[in-house]
Formats: sequence, C-alpha cells, structure tokens
Amino acid sequence: MAELANLALSEHEVAHMAQDMSSILTYINKLNELDTSGVEPMAQVLFEQDETATLRVDEVRPPLANSDAVGSAPVTSAGYFKVPKVIER
Amino acid sequence: MSMSPLEGLTIDSIRASLLDKKFSAEELTKSALAYAEAENSKTNAFLTFSPERALATARAVDEKIARGEDPGKLAGVPVAVKDVIVTKGVRTTCGSRLLAQYHPPYDATAIVRLEQAGGVIIGKTNCDEFAMGSSNENSAYGPVRNPVALDRVPGGSSGGSAASVAQKTSVVSLGSDTGGSVRQPASFCGVSGVTPTYGRVSRYGLTAYASSLDHIGPFASTVRDAAKLLEVIAGKDPMDATSTSAPVPDYAAALDGNVKGMKIGVPKEFFQGLAEETSKPVQAAIDAMKAIGCEVHEVSLPHLDYAIACYYIIAMAEASSNLARFDGVRYTSRAASAATLADMYRVTRDEGFGAECKRRILLGTYVLSAGYYDAYYVKAQKVRALIAQDYAKAFETVEAIVSPVSPFPAFKIGEKVDDPVAMYLSDIYTITGSLAGVPCMSVPCGTTPDGLPVGLQIAAKHFNETGMFRLADAYERRVTG
Repeated sequence: MAELANLALSEHEVAHMAQDMSSILTYINKLNELDTSGVEPMAQVLFEQDETATLRVDEVRPPLANSDAVGSAPVTSAGYFKVPKVIER
Repeated sequence: MSMSPLEGLTIDSIRASLLDKKFSAEELTKSALAYAEAENSKTNAFLTFSPERALATARAVDEKIARGEDPGKLAGVPVAVKDVIVTKGVRTTCGSRLLAQYHPPYDATAIVRLEQAGGVIIGKTNCDEFAMGSSNENSAYGPVRNPVALDRVPGGSSGGSAASVAQKTSVVSLGSDTGGSVRQPASFCGVSGVTPTYGRVSRYGLTAYASSLDHIGPFASTVRDAAKLLEVIAGKDPMDATSTSAPVPDYAAALDGNVKGMKIGVPKEFFQGLAEETSKPVQAAIDAMKAIGCEVHEVSLPHLDYAIACYYIIAMAEASSNLARFDGVRYTSRAASAATLADMYRVTRDEGFGAECKRRILLGTYVLSAGYYDAYYVKAQKVRALIAQDYAKAFETVEAIVSPVSPFPAFKIGEKVDDPVAMYLSDIYTITGSLAGVPCMSVPCGTTPDGLPVGLQIAAKHFNETGMFRLADAYERRVTG
C-alpha cells in the first residue's frame, strides 16, 4: 500500500501504521450493518441548477508568468522543473 | 497581560470609528499587529505575520475615507487567515514542513474579496497539517494552545483561526471546514464559526483536502460579524466550477431578533449517551429558544452512528488523490538523497508528511484500490446519500436543527494523540452536516462546570444561511442581553 501511495515508510512506521489501519478498518466495517441496495451513491452535493451554470466563459486569459510558476520549485533550470533521472540504464 | 486593542471591536464599530476619525486603519493595524506578535508565544496561533501587506491595505482604506469614498464592508478590520488558504507572496505552509518555504504566486478568491472590501490580513494561522485533525496537534509547527485554558487544545483543524478570535488578536478570521474543522474549534474556544452551504464560497486557492466536502468559513466573536464576513466572501466564482450562482443575500439585514414561530428540530440521536457537562448548556440553549418564541420539535437523523465511518472513507479517499500533488517537483522541498524519480517521490513524501497525513493517504489508497473500491468507497457514497436524505426529510418539518457541536469540551494537549479512532469520534456531530452539504454553525452556549466553552450547532437547509443566522443571533441577543 505504501508503494502504491508513493511513501517510503521505515520499518517502525510500517508496524505502527499497520496497527492503526487495522483498528480504523475494523471501525469502518460498521457500514456493512446497513442495507444500501437500491441506494444511488452520492459523489457530490448537488442542487437544482442549470446544467451549464457551472461552465465559465471559454476565453483566453494571461497565464501565470513562467518565473512565478517555477518560483517555489526546489530545483529548476532555464524555466523548467528539474527532476532526477526518470529511466535507469 | 495588557488588554487587546481589539477588545470589544466589531466590523460595525470599526467602521464607525474610522468614519468619525477616532483612529485610522493604519493605527488600528499597527496596534493589532504589535499585540498579536507580542501575545503569540502564549498560543502559537499565528505561523506568519504579514505587516507589509496589512499596512498597504490599511493605508488604502484610509485614503478612500480621506477622498470621501466608501471604504468597503470590512474597512480596516484585522483578519487572520488559516494557512491552507493561499496568499500571494505571503508564506503558506498548510501546517506542513513540506511547504515551509512556499510563497504562492496567486491569491485565493476569498482573499481577493476580503481585501477588496477593505479587510486587513494581519497573518496566517496555525492548523493541522493539510487541515487533517481535530486538535491542531498535527501541525509541523507545534500545537496551538487554547486561549481559554492553555493546557488544552483549541480544536482543529482551524485551531489557530479560532484561537486568534478568542484571544482578540484578530476581529474575525477565515478557516476551512471539511468535517467540522471550523465548528469544533469555534465551540472549544467560545467563538462563533460557520460552515456555509457547500459551494457557497469559492474554494479557488484553498489547498484541497477532500474536495466533495471542503468549505471556507468565517470565525467571529458575534453572529453578526460572522454573517457580514460570509456575505463578503460568498458568491459565484468562475475559477471554481463548484461555486454556485445563487444570489448572496444581505445576511446582517435579516438579523432582527425575531424568531417567533420558527420551527426548530432537536435530533434525539445527538443526545444519546451525551455527558451532562455538554448536554446541560445545550438543553438550556434550547429552552432559551423556546422562551423567545421558537417551536421545538423532536426530529430524527437515524444514520448518525454511521457518519464517521462514512466520512473517513470518503475524506481519506479524496485526500489520497489530492495530496499526490506534493511530490517534490513543483512547490515542496525535495529529499536531498534521492537518486531516481521514484525515490524522490517516496523519500520526499516520507520525510515531509506527518503521521496523520500518511495514515489518511494509506487508508485512502486502500479504499480506492481495485477489489476494495465497491466495498468501501461506493458503499460510503451510498451511506452519504442516506444521511443527506435524513436532513432533507427533517427540513420538511423544521427550519433549523439544533444539537451539540462536540460530545466533549476542549481536551488536554496530548490526551488523544495515540488513538486515531478516539480522535475521529470527536467529529461525530459535525460530520453529518458536512456530508449533507447543509449550512451549519457553532454559537457559544455557556460553559461546563470547569469553565470550558460549549458550542451549540445550528443547521439549516441548503442556502438558508439567513434562517441559521437569524436563530443564532436571536439566541445570542437573549443570552448576552
């Protein structure tokens, strides 16, 4: 699970998290007491609203300046984000 | 301790004093900043002060007044802002060490609106890391101490914003609420806190935790000030597709103290097993509402017992995907040791996130993974629909639902940190309203025998903030005289 979540946990953390996860999972299994057949899942709070009411006007706007966009990145070069090697040889 | 220069000040009284030239916005800002900086070591409520920005806004307010122009609805009001809401050029940490040096390149819409109305942002407040917590103990910058009792938590996750209003280091503040993160700290610190209808306030610039549940909401010492701040920040924003176009009423204009004949519902499930120190002041508040003419009815929200399990599945699932953006590439610090891209992600995130964020990312990843998605995530979405139906049904017969905010008052720092499930249970009464997306607020309703504040929760139908505020204000008038 830690690998899927891109977290490099220490051995100590793995033990601790496994214990917490098992107690939380035990707790959330409580939902199985409820019969939800025939209930539509609710992904979002929805109101009576025109279907296109949430669409903004599609117009060109000035973008963030490049220097602002990369300004908080830890490593940049020539206006680009820089990352370690992606493909190992 | 010297008295706060903000003691007793409200949005209306500051405006009147500015127009009468009793003090200038610049003078008020300077004394507010000096006091807040001097008092901060007591509570750790602020992480960053923004004097330059505050003074620039204050001077603009003074210039408007000098020119005879309207200085705006929040003219000169010192405001504190939770550090999960981005402020251009002012450090925004989200309570995380990953963002210790993040200076956002833009302002959240709520920030833009607040400053356009003349509100003066004096600083950014401490909170649980990425708004995940109920005690403010999950901040990488140390816990906030409750100004009412310094050995206790202020609640969370917007602990610093609640503490700041209670400590009078700001007049009003902004927090964010996903499962109770405005209402619960408001109740712990003895101030008013509002979670508006889902979509009422733009979340553009609010760092996302659980997007189907996140709200920005105000804190204030009075119901009227909370209503005034909400009016300023509410309304459609083209930058947030989930913000709604429903018109924003003048909430404060409706606060006439008259709630004769208003039907209010008391959900019986919210009182089962509730300790007397909390149930007594809440019951007294309900009696006071009766005395001012409300009709009290018993209602039922039968799925209360399932709300926490439902909420944590949905919130953790959404959090695990929202927090994927903190990857060491764009705006966070990066682990120095990583040689490859995959290592950089893993080590940066392991070093940067605190335990609670990791716990929620892992659980969220689990409930969304193949084979478990239907059993957990879809199941929780179905239970969410049942909870929303409970509210819709109750609001067929009553205009407002009143209940406790939290099952217990502010607890001691360290008391619940080792038991995540016990910590999650502190959100039991606030979570149902969050899942249904209805407006809810906490208004102070007295104290426990130990002198700790207790909050009364008032919930109303979608977009009926006016009814919620009217009831809260009428109650406040009754008890404060």
